[in-house]
Formats: sequence, structure tokens, C-alpha cells
Amino acid sequence: MEPATRLDNNHELSLHDFPYIIRWRDDRCKRCGRCTAVCPMFAIEPAVMVQRVLRSEGSLPEPKAVRRVVTIIKQSTDIGKYCTGCATCSLVCPNDAIEPEYNPRHKFIFHKNKGGHPYRRGGRRNSPGLSTLDRLRFTRISMLTDPALDAGRHEFRIRTYLGRILPAEELPVKVVGGRLEVDRKSGKFIPPVREIYPVMIGSMSIGALSPNMWEGLAMGVTYLNEVEGMPVVMCSGEGGMPRRLLKSRFIKYFIPQIASGYFGWDEIVRAIPDMIEDPCAIEIKYGQGAKPGDGGLLMAHKVLKLIAEIRGVPMGVDLPSPPTHQTKYSIEEAVAKMIQSMYMAWGFRVPVYPKISGSRTAKAVLNNLVRNPYAAALSIDGDDGGTGAAYNVSMDSMGHPIASNLRECYLDLVAQGKQNELPLIAAGGAGKRGNLAANAAALFMLGASAVSIGKYIMQAAAGCFGDEYNRCNVCNLGRCPRGITTQDPRLYRRLDPDVVAERVVEVFKSLDVELRKIFAPMGRSTELPIGMSDGISADDPAIAERLKISYVC
Amino acid sequence: MCRLVAITSDEYFSPVENILALETMKEGHDGSGMGLILKGLGGEFEELKDYPILSGICSKEGINKLDSYMDKIGFRLKYAWTPKTRHVKGIEARDYYFARVYDYPDVYRDRSQEDKEALLLKTRITLRKLGQDDESIIVFSFYPDIITLKEVGDPLQLGTFFGLDKSPLRAKIIFAQGRQNTNYAINLYACHPFFIQGYGTMTNGENTAFIPIREFLSSRGFPGYIGYNSDSEVFCHILHYICRRLGYPLFYYKDVITPLNDAEINMRPDSEAVRFLKMSLRPLCIDGPNCVIGFTPDGTCFMVQDAKKLRPGVVGGVAGKYGLMSEECGLDSAIPERDKSKDIFPMKYDMVIVRPGAGEVEVWNQLHG
Ligand code: SF4
Ligand code: SF4
Repeated sequence: MEPATRLDNNHELSLHDFPYIIRWRDDRCKRCGRCTAVCPMFAIEPAVMVQRVLRSEGSLPEPKAVRRVVTIIKQSTDIGKYCTGCATCSLVCPNDAIEPEYNPRHKFIFHKNKGGHPYRRGGRRNSPGLSTLDRLRFTRISMLTDPALDAGRHEFRIRTYLGRILPAEELPVKVVGGRLEVDRKSGKFIPPVREIYPVMIGSMSIGALSPNMWEGLAMGVTYLNEVEGMPVVMCSGEGGMPRRLLKSRFIKYFIPQIASGYFGWDEIVRAIPDMIEDPCAIEIKYGQGAKPGDGGLLMAHKVLKLIAEIRGVPMGVDLPSPPTHQTKYSIEEAVAKMIQSMYMAWGFRVPVYPKISGSRTAKAVLNNLVRNPYAAALSIDGDDGGTGAAYNVSMDSMGHPIASNLRECYLDLVAQGKQNELPLIAAGGAGKRGNLAANAAALFMLGASAVSIGKYIMQAAAGCFGDEYNRCNVCNLGRCPRGITTQDPRLYRRLDPDVVAERVVEVFKSLDVELRKIFAPMGRSTELPIGMSDGISADDPAIAERLKISYVC
Repeated sequence: MCRLVAITSDEYFSPVENILALETMKEGHDGSGMGLILKGLGGEFEELKDYPILSGICSKEGINKLDSYMDKIGFRLKYAWTPKTRHVKGIEARDYYFARVYDYPDVYRDRSQEDKEALLLKTRITLRKLGQDDESIIVFSFYPDIITLKEVGDPLQLGTFFGLDKSPLRAKIIFAQGRQNTNYAINLYACHPFFIQGYGTMTNGENTAFIPIREFLSSRGFPGYIGYNSDSEVFCHILHYICRRLGYPLFYYKDVITPLNDAEINMRPDSEAVRFLKMSLRPLCIDGPNCVIGFTPDGTCFMVQDAKKLRPGVVGGVAGKYGLMSEECGLDSAIPERDKSKDIFPMKYDMVIVRPGAGEVEVWNQLHG
């Protein structure tokens, strides 16, 4: 009998408090040590254990109890070394001897605040249920007076505009000799407008992303434009862009973002005189759906040489961006002034638009923009958006879902007759469960002119492990096991930028086919069905009522 | 799918010609209604070309309401025409069908054409609203030199019902539609052709982009852009918006409802302007398999369609008389003497135009501008 004190493991957590429990199979394990070497959390470690076994060696059964020392794989119960369920261990195991299993009754967030530091992570809202977007169906199928289209044969134009569009009444055109001519003498400011693919890659910074990941995305986007003729564009995220890209002709496929930390803008501004092409647009970040009210956050362990150079900061320091643009007094002023200064930087040739987090106040921002003739669009990022680093509470509890926020803003524009003048870009949760085409098409029909994706492309193009069961999500720690969100060369060299680029191209090409498979039966092929709200229905009456669409069951 | 028969001629003819042409297309309409618009009126209306004609249907109470309202505004009745209706089995006669010619209120006598037309529109809308709930007043048009007749039933029977075979009613341009009821409950306001301030259209095919187009038109701040009991009414309002509100030449209607792609726009001499139009009027792209036949205030008739229209409409005829129709059999009935080999089936880029007097057919090609 051992003394009672030895049995008192109070103040320790049991494995059942953890979100993932490692299932390790002694009989399969050959003790190669790959899993423990690769685990980003040091959640598993080699250990020894004394086993009592019964043995019988002679010709007659003569069982004898023997004790032997065996090596095993042991899961840590230290909350700092929790298993994230990433399954990198399973990935590298040659014998399928190890895998994490989700534990739905875990008590992880009760404990993940050691030292008074709230839980911080990457990823997105841990809400595995169906999102509103997944509850919408395309119900208006052309059947009666004309047959549906053939997705494979018709000419489809899946394009949209990014930029402020003048109402027809204000176009500087006049009739000369029976034809319309642009009136050069009118002196009217004609805002720059880009024709782009309606699904774009949203802002993910170099810094948040590894150089290999960013390069892979950038190469994929460039290939789509140059070879496939698909004008897909990508936003840089805060923190600048490689100088080589700024000065290349490919910059036209990119949207540099300026955020409250202004990181990287020294470099960008210095590069302007040497730029041979204008960027696609400029995004001013005011908010992010995943963490409303928080600025960007790049932790010190991700600020290595390359990042420090691009951002113009010393290495190894935390880089928090303030929640708001500190130099400006109010958002109205900020929006107006920043938009104008960004326009001036490129001689009024580049559309400039703000991005805000989904919010019940989005309509107020929208109406400010409506009155500002320079505002090129409004990007609204819903609460299912992702982030490289944020407080768990911000991610899980803050923010506004995109569907109703977008719909409200669109209908507000309709009421003012401005629905075609200020494009709305919807982000935050498109493709959350993999149904990107369906989610994007639903967002168009609710009123979005374009849709922006982040987590989806990380998962589809680079195999990001993250999900809504809090799998992995250590993007903030610089220990990304896939090499997507880390600045550690030992980790990011796992990721082949060429493979990422190839996947980006595959993803967009298949997305294009799927969008046709949605639009064709609905009889649409020429213009993006923006605001075609009679095309969709919800399977829930309350959602239908809120979105002002029909209900089906 | 609805059947469409438009005839334009340099001589007056009877709407019976349109109805007989519709009859040849019988398998395509289901007798759920017929609409007729007559423009360039002859007979007793020839002398009254400057005065607005109110076309509609009233109940007994409705006509009193209508009279007192018109009185209040100051419109003076100059002439009233009513069809000599006959009993036809299956057609439920309403109390009072009319085309009434009015003289403008005194205060409007010297006002501009624009003001007068605004008054006519406002009056029509008010009358529509006055009689909407109890269907006591239904008004289709209020405009000089335009008569509109609409009723539920089979076109041939309706012709007999209205006594058109015996009537001296004649015009130089007549649009007729035999309706196939699809999405919406039978409502006379849903029956083509539609008309607004001198512009008229009728359409067949499904309007897939109806909601965004309706939202766009309704939010233009123009009082006439209401109704939309049929998704096809928007085609008429787009025409009005493009030609009248924006003042663009007619063929830009085609550019707006079926926009070219970027590479195609580059081939146009007016590419810069066309590109602006495509962006600024993006919500008016009809993006559906529609054939639109329309007329403008000067009496120009046209036909355009979306490339998705699998069975195109047809335009054909002889100098002095052309038909624009959804089916060729209608043309055979209306203008049998024409050279069939010259019939035109407008393709993806074509806008077929017949000017007043119906001298010849022009085909405007969108690619060349
Ligand atoms: S699943 Fe990931 S975190 Fe968990 S033990 Fe395996 S490698 Fe480590
Ligand atoms: S794989 Fe990398 S990017 Fe994906 S959740 Fe894990 S740490 Fe984040």
C-alpha cells in the first residue's frame, strides 16, 4: 500500500480535461521518435514505464510475474503543453500508431489562463455548427418558360468591379453624331475601377504567413492572371510586401493594406517612384471580423530578419497594431482623410476602400462612405473570419455574422439607389465548411459584389489543420506544423511554395466551375447575380425573415 | 411562352390582323390574356393626335370616381370611345372599357411637353392607386395617340368580344401579346405590352434578373417606375430610362440589357462610353433568355434579344409593312406576300430596327456599333 499523499494528484489536470487525447498503440509503435520530434506543443514525450507481465517459458504452463521497463509515448497534462489535435504526429508516424481523439467534454478553457494571461490563439470562431450561409439554398431554377443553361457550353462571365462606380446620370458622356462620347472637357473625376474575379484572397500578412506560404499564394494569383486569364486579386494584409514585388509588373494583382500600425508603409512609399504598375487597390483596415476592436498582433517570435526588414522594425519584438488609427480623431475623419491621402499617393489612379469588422454600426460607416465620392468599396468582415493571433474571447464572442450585416447594408444602399455605386465586399466565413462556391454565390445574391477568403485558402491550398473544434490553431506561436504561419525556417521549409501555388490555381479553377453550376440552372451567365435575392431561400423562417428572402422546407 | 405580334405599317390597319397572327401561334399562349397597344391612330382619333387618351377599364363606381378626379384636376373630356362588346362564352365582361380623349387643364395649356407628360404620368398613377384595392379603376396608359386594350381570355375570342372585327379602329403600329401565364396570378396589370411616356415593349422569356432590376429602377426616384406585377414590365422602364431619362440613342438599350464582354467592347468606336455604361448600368443587364419588341415615341419599332434566347424572334415584311413577331407563322398570317428568304432572325449582337413608315429594316450590330 502506497502512502495516501502519493495518490493526491490534486491541482493537476487529468487527460480528460484536455480537448484532444492521444491514442497511442503500443503494439504498433516501433519507437522511432518521429511523433515526439514533430509535435509543435511538446504534448507528447518519450517516457519509460514499469510493466508487470505474466510470462511462461517452459513446455508446461508455469506463469511467472516479471517486471520490465518499456518505452512509451506519454501525453503531457501540463496545460502549456496541451495537445492541439493537429495530428502532425499521425502524419509522420510510419505505422499508424498514434492519433489524437477529440474529447467533447474537455474543460480546456477553464484552465487556459495561467499567469493571468487569457488564452490567445489563431484560427477562427470555435463554432462548428452550420453557419447562416450554409443554411441557404438556391431554389429558383429556370424550368418553365426557358430551360436552364448548360454550365459547360454557355459563355459565362464571372467578374465584378472593384471601385466607385458613377451613377449613369453623372457619367461624363454626351451624344455626338448619334453616338455617346466621353466628354474630356467636363473635368469630372472618374474614379478608377478594376474588373476582377469576384472571389479574392483576403488580407493575410507576410509575417502572419510564412514566406513560403505568402509566396505560394502570390505565385498562384499571378499564374491565374497571367496564364488562366482569371483576374483574381489578393490583399497583402498589414505589414508591407517584398520590395521586389512592389516594383514588378505583378503588383497590379495585389492590394496593399494599410492598418493602424502602418507597418511596411515606409518601404511601400519609398518604392512608389520605382513602381512600373499601379496596385489593384489599397485597403485601409479599420477592423477585422475575427477580433473586432483589436489591432493586428505579430508576436516577437515571428519577427525574424525578413519580417523586420519588410516592416522596418527591429527583430524579435512584439508588433501590436493599435485598435484604431491613432493619428485620426474619428472614423469619419479617418476614412475621409486616409482615403484621400492614399488616392493622392498614386495620382488618383488606384481605388481605395476601407475594411471594417462586421458590426451593427456598419450601416453608419457605409453611409459615410456613400457621401464620400472617393470611397471605392466597403469590405465587411464577419465574425467567422480568421486571424493569425487574437484573444480567444474576441474570436469566440465578439463580432457580427456576415449574412445579415451584408444584407442590411445592401438593402440600405438599395433604399438610396446606390447599390451599384459602392461595391460591398463580404468576408468572414465564406467556405467555412468547404462550400466556398455555394457560400460565395449566396453572398452575391444577398448583395455582395465580391467575396474575400482567408482560412479557406489556407486549408485548401496548404492543408492548414485548423477547424472549429479548436484543432491546431497555434498560428500565433510561430510553431505552425504545416509551415503556413511561422517564421521558423525549419518549419516553413516543410511547405513547398510551388505546391501551394498549384493548389491556389486548382482551387480557383474548380470554384469557377462550381459557380457556373450554380448560376447556369438559375439562368444567369452574363452578370454576377448581385442582389438576386429571389434566387435563394433559407431553411429557417427567422433567417428568411431577417434576410428578406423566402423560406423553404 | 408568351406570343408576340407587332406590326408597323405606313397605312392604317386593323388590330384583327395582329389577333389572327396570334391565332396561328395558339399552342404558345394559354388564353390567360391579351394586350393590345395601338399607336399612330386613324379614324376618329386621327384629328385628336395632340390630346392625351386615357385607356382602361372601370366598374360602375369606378367611372364616377374617375370622372370626379379628372374634373378636379381640370381635364376636360373631349371624346370617349368604348368598344361595342359582344357576349362571348368564357369572357367575363367588365362594366366599362374605354379610351377617352381629354383636353389638358387650362393651366397646362402653355406648359412644356415635359410638364404635360409629367402630369399625365402622375394622373395615371393616381387613378391606378384610386382603383387598385377594389379593382374599380384599371388604367393602362394616358398619352397622346396611344390606345391600350387588355383583357383575360383567348385573343380571337377577345377580338370578337371587343367587336374589333366590326370596328373602324385602325392604327399604323399595333403591338399584341397573347399571354401564357407563368409566375404570377392573372392580373391585367401583368399583361404586356407595357407602356410609359411614349415607350412600349412586350417580351417573352424568363426574367431571371428581375429583382435586382426592379430594385434598381424603383430606386431611381422616378414616380413612373412602379407596378411590376409582371417581371417583364422592367424591360419597358429600362427603355424609358435609357432613352428618355438618360437621353441615349436607342441602340444603347441593347448595350445596357445585353452588355458585351471587355474584348468585344474594345472593337467599338465608342468603346470608352460603352464601358462606362456597362459599369454604371450593370444592374440593368437582363441576363435572361428574353426577346424584347418595343417602340419609341417617334414610332420606331425594334427587336432585341439575349444570346441565351434559344428560339429567336423574327422580323420580315414588305416595304410599307413589317412584322416583328415571336414566331414565323404569325408573319405568314400577317404579311404572306413577303419574300420569306429575307426574314431576319436577330442574333446575339443584333438590334433590328424598323423606322416609322416601315420603309425598310435595319440591323444594327452591337459589335461594330
Ligand atoms: S496531435 Fe499535434 S499536438 Fe497533439 S500530440 Fe500529435 S503532434 Fe502533438
Ligand atoms: S496548421 Fe498552421 S495555420 Fe493552420 S491552424 Fe495550425 S498553426 Fe494555424
